[in-house]
Amino acid sequence: MKRIVRDHKVRNFHQAKWDEPIIFELHKPGERGVEVPQAEAEIESTVGDGISRIPDGMKRTTPPALPEIGQAKVLRHYLRLSQETMGSDFNVEIGQGTCTMKYIPRVNEMMIRTPKIMDLHPLQDVSNAQGILEVFYKLDLAMREISGLDKFSFQPSSGTQALLAMASIVRAYHDSRGEGEQRNEIITTIFSHPSQAATAVVKGYKIITLYPDADGFPDIEELKKVISSRTAGFVVANPEDTGIYNPRIKEFTDLVHEAGGICYYDQANANGLLGVTRAKEAGFDMCFFNLHKTFAAPHMCGGPATGALGVVDTLIPFLPGPIVEYDGTSYDLKEVGDLSIGKVRSFHGVAQTVLRSYAWVRSLGAEGLRQVAHTAVLNNNYLYHKILEIRGASAPYVKGNRLEQVRYSWEQMTQETGVTTEDVTRRMCDFGLHYWTSHHPYVVPQPFTLEPTESYSKEDLDEYINALQQISDEAYSNPEIVKNAPTRSTVHRIEDSSFDDPEKWCITWRSYLKKTTPSE
Amino acid sequence: METRRKASVHPYIPNMIPEVQRQMLDEIGVERIEDLYDIIPDAIKMDRLMDMPPALSEFELKREIDKLLQKNKSANETINFLGAGCWQHFIPAVCDEINQRSEFVTAYAGEPYEDKGRFQSLFEYQSLVAELVDMDVVNVPTFDWAQAASTSLRMASRITGRTEVLLPATIDRDKLMIIANYITPQLSYQLVDFNDPSGELDLEDLKSKVNANTAAVYFENPTFLGTIESQGQQIADIAHAAGALCVVGVDPSSLGVLKPPSQYGADIICGDLQPLGMHMNYGGGQAGFIATRDEEKFVMEYPSRLFGIAPTIVEGEYGFGDVAYDRTSFAHRETGKESVGTQTALWGITAGVYLALLGPYGMQELGQTIMQKSQYAAELLAAIDGVEIRLQSTFFKEFVVDFNGTGKTVREIHRQLLADGIQGGKDLSEDFPELGQCALYCVTEVHAKEELETLAAAIQRACVVKEEVESV
Repeated sequence: MKRIVRDHKVRNFHQAKWDEPIIFELHKPGERGVEVPQAEAEIESTVGDGISRIPDGMKRTTPPALPEIGQAKVLRHYLRLSQETMGSDFNVEIGQGTCTMKYIPRVNEMMIRTPKIMDLHPLQDVSNAQGILEVFYKLDLAMREISGLDKFSFQPSSGTQALLAMASIVRAYHDSRGEGEQRNEIITTIFSHPSQAATAVVKGYKIITLYPDADGFPDIEELKKVISSRTAGFVVANPEDTGIYNPRIKEFTDLVHEAGGICYYDQANANGLLGVTRAKEAGFDMCFFNLHKTFAAPHMCGGPATGALGVVDTLIPFLPGPIVEYDGTSYDLKEVGDLSIGKVRSFHGVAQTVLRSYAWVRSLGAEGLRQVAHTAVLNNNYLYHKILEIRGASAPYVKGNRLEQVRYSWEQMTQETGVTTEDVTRRMCDFGLHYWTSHHPYVVPQPFTLEPTESYSKEDLDEYINALQQISDEAYSNPEIVKNAPTRSTVHRIEDSSFDDPEKWCITWRSYLKKTTPSE
Repeated sequence: METRRKASVHPYIPNMIPEVQRQMLDEIGVERIEDLYDIIPDAIKMDRLMDMPPALSEFELKREIDKLLQKNKSANETINFLGAGCWQHFIPAVCDEINQRSEFVTAYAGEPYEDKGRFQSLFEYQSLVAELVDMDVVNVPTFDWAQAASTSLRMASRITGRTEVLLPATIDRDKLMIIANYITPQLSYQLVDFNDPSGELDLEDLKSKVNANTAAVYFENPTFLGTIESQGQQIADIAHAAGALCVVGVDPSSLGVLKPPSQYGADIICGDLQPLGMHMNYGGGQAGFIATRDEEKFVMEYPSRLFGIAPTIVEGEYGFGDVAYDRTSFAHRETGKESVGTQTALWGITAGVYLALLGPYGMQELGQTIMQKSQYAAELLAAIDGVEIRLQSTFFKEFVVDFNGTGKTVREIHRQLLADGIQGGKDLSEDFPELGQCALYCVTEVHAKEELETLAAAIQRACVVKEEVESV
C-alpha cells in the first residue's frame, strides 16, 4: 500500500450539512412523539374530564398549531442540528476571546446527571439538600481564597446578571447612607464588556466611559477629571479585552474610594490571574467570576450559567438572598436582612453549574489553579508572538507582553486587500475553527480577539495560527476566496438584508409563512 | 488514605510539559513564565500558594462527589408537592438526549455558519412557543419568569413613556423582589388586591389604581396561588382604556387547555419554560420567555436576541441570523435596550424539543391530566376534618390548602409529612400572612393516584399526631 501523504498545513475540513427542513415541515397528522401520562380511571370517574371546570371563555378552543411528529424523526432532526453546531469540544476554540473557552471535563458533566441534582426542588427541606448546600458553601470558601473577598452568592446566573446585582448593591449601599440621590454616576472603560455600562443604566446611573491612553491603559488623568461626589461606583475589568493589565489599578481604586465610590471588578474572565493576584489586594469591594468561563462550566449555547458574586464584609448585608451558611454541623439557607437588594434571580441560581465548578476547583487544587493561569498566559504570549508575524495583522497599543488574551487588528490587511475581519470570520468556518471580532463599537479597527486558555496544546495553537496565515495569504493573492466564504460550512453566505426591515424580518415560522406567501 | 499527586502534567493542561514550555518561552524570548507577569506590581501579587484542599484525580473526585451527593434526597425519593415556580413534570428522554449533546453543551457564540444548528434550533423554539401563545414574536430565552416579567414591564414603560406598573397581590414574593429590584429606580409599582375566597383580581381595586402614568397592568394566569383568572379580557380592557399595556404571565404547561392570553387582550406574554422539558435542577432549570405581536414598536424594545430566518446565496438553503441587532447592548452598550448576555439558550432548545414531541394533542392531554389529578388531590384533602381548599375558582396544577381549621401550623404538619417521606407544598404563612396557615400544593401528571391518597392519609395522621402530643 502506498504511504498516504498528510502534509497540508490547514485542515481539509467540511462541516456536517444536513439541509434539514424547519421542524414544522416534518408535520404528519396522526404521528406523535411521546405519550403523556393520563389520569387513572378512578380519578376520571371522580372528577370527570377536569377541563369542563375551566371558566367560560378561558378554555382553549383550537389546539396550538404545533407539528405532529414521530419520536425518531424528532430525535434525528435535533441530532442533525447538533451536528451543525460547532461546540467547543470539537474545535480549537481560541477564537472566542474574552469568553475563556476551555476544556469541559467529562467527569463533571457525568456527575451532574444524577437525580441527586437534576430532580431536587429548590424549596425542598434543607435536611434533604445537605449535599448541594455543602457544594455551594465549599465553592464559596474557594472563591473567597481566590479573590480575597469575604462572601459569595451564586444566585446571579450570568456575568450580566452579576453586574446588575453589583450595580444594585452600589445603589442600595449609597441609599443606606443617604447619598443615593447625589451619587448618580458610574465610571467604566471602553474595553470592558458592554454589560457593565448597560446594567448600570438599568439601575439609573449615568455612565462615564474612560478611553485608553496611547499605550492602551485606562487613563488615570481622565479618571481624576471625572471623579467627584457624584461618583457612585467604578467598574472595570483588568486585564481588559486587550489583555493589557493596568498596573496602577490600586491607584484607581484608591481614588474612587477617596471620593466615596464603590469599586467593582469584572472578573468574568480571571483565567490569567488565578493564584497570581486578587481582587482584594487591588482594592476592589466586589467582584464576580463567570463559572462558565474561568471555572470550566460549559457555555450551553448561551446559558444557563453562573456569575459568582463576591463582596467584602461591609457589603454582605446587601447581597441577594438567601445565602448558604454552615454552623459546624449542617448547612442552611439564611435570609440576608433589610439592607439586601432582595433577589436577582429565582431560587438559588444554577446549582448544576456550581457543582461543575466546585469539581473543577477540586480537581486542580492551589498549584493546579496557578498552573492554569501560568499556562494560559504562556499560550497567549506564544500566540501573540506568532500572529504578529502574519502579514496584515497587528496588535495595537503597548508592545510588551499581554496576559490571557489580545485584541488584534487586520486594519492593514483590510486597507491593502479589502478583506475585512467579518470575511475572516466566515473563512475560518471552512477550517473548522471559530473566530470572533469584538464587541461594538470597534475601537480597534478590523478587530479580532483571541484567548487560548490553558486547554490547548502548542500543536493546537499552531493549527489556528496556520489557518490565519492561510487566510492572510489568500487575502493578498486571491481575496475572492475569503470574501465568498464559507464554502465548506453548513450553509453559504446569508442574505441578511431582511434582518433590519420590519416588513421583512421573520422571527418565527408563522411569521415567515405570512410574510412570504406569494400574492395572488 | 490521602493519595498524593505525582508531579506531572495535569490532564486538563497539555502545555505543562516542561520541554514544550521551554520551547514556547524561547520563541517569545522570555526566560520564565513569571516574567510574563512583570507588569503586575509586587505589592498586589500573591506571595504564597492559595490555601485549598489538595487536588483530586478524576477517580478520587468522582468518589468524593458521589458520596457528597448521597446527602441529597431527590424528588423521586419522596413524594413531592412543591411547585411555586419550579415544577416536577414528566421529562421525555429525547429532551435529555438533545440537551446533553456535546455540541450543544459546549457551543457558545458561534456564527450562523458553524453554529447554524444552534440558530435553527432556537428559531424553531421561538416558532413553537409562538404557536403555544398565539403570538408572532418570541425571544431567545432570558433567565427566568421573573426576569421575563421585569423586562416585559420595562418594555411597556418604554413603549408607553409611563413609569408605573400594577402587579397582582397574588404574585410570588420572590418574583416581586426580583421585579422590584430590576425596575427600580425608574419605575414604581402598586399591588392590586385579589378577592378572597375567589382568587380573582379585584377589578374595583384595579380601576381605582390604574391612572395616566400606568405603563402596564400585569397579571398571571394561572395566578401564583393556582387559580384561573377568568376576567382576562376585562382586565385587558381596563388597561387599554387607560392607555396602558396588558402584560400576562403564564405557565406554558397550561396552554394546551387554557386560552392563550393573546386571545383575551395581552400585548406582552411572559412565563417560564421550565415545565417544558427541564429538570428542576434545584432551581437551575428556569428559563424565561417573552412574546409579542410582530410590530416594530414591540420588537425594537426587546433587549434579548431574536433569531430570524433568511435566504442564502444558494437557492433552497435556509439561513439564520440576528434580527434588529442594533437594539442590543452588544451593539450599543449603555444606549442599547437594557442588557443582553448569556442567559438560558440550552433550555430554549430543550423547550422546542419538548413541544415538538408533545405536539398539539400532547399539550392538550398534559393540561387535562394535570387538571384531573390536581382536582382529585384537592377533593381528597378537602375531605379531611379542618382542612379546606382556600380559593374557590377553578385552579390549574396548584391550589391553596388551608390548615387554619386544624389548629396546627403548616410547619408542624409538614414536619410530620417529611417523616413520612412526603415533601409538602410551599408554606404561605410568611409570604401571605393574611391567609394564616395555608400552603400551596402542586400536583402534576407525575403524581400517581396512590401517592395522592398517601398524602391525604398522611395529612390526616399529622393532625392526629399533634393532638396526641398536645394532650400529653
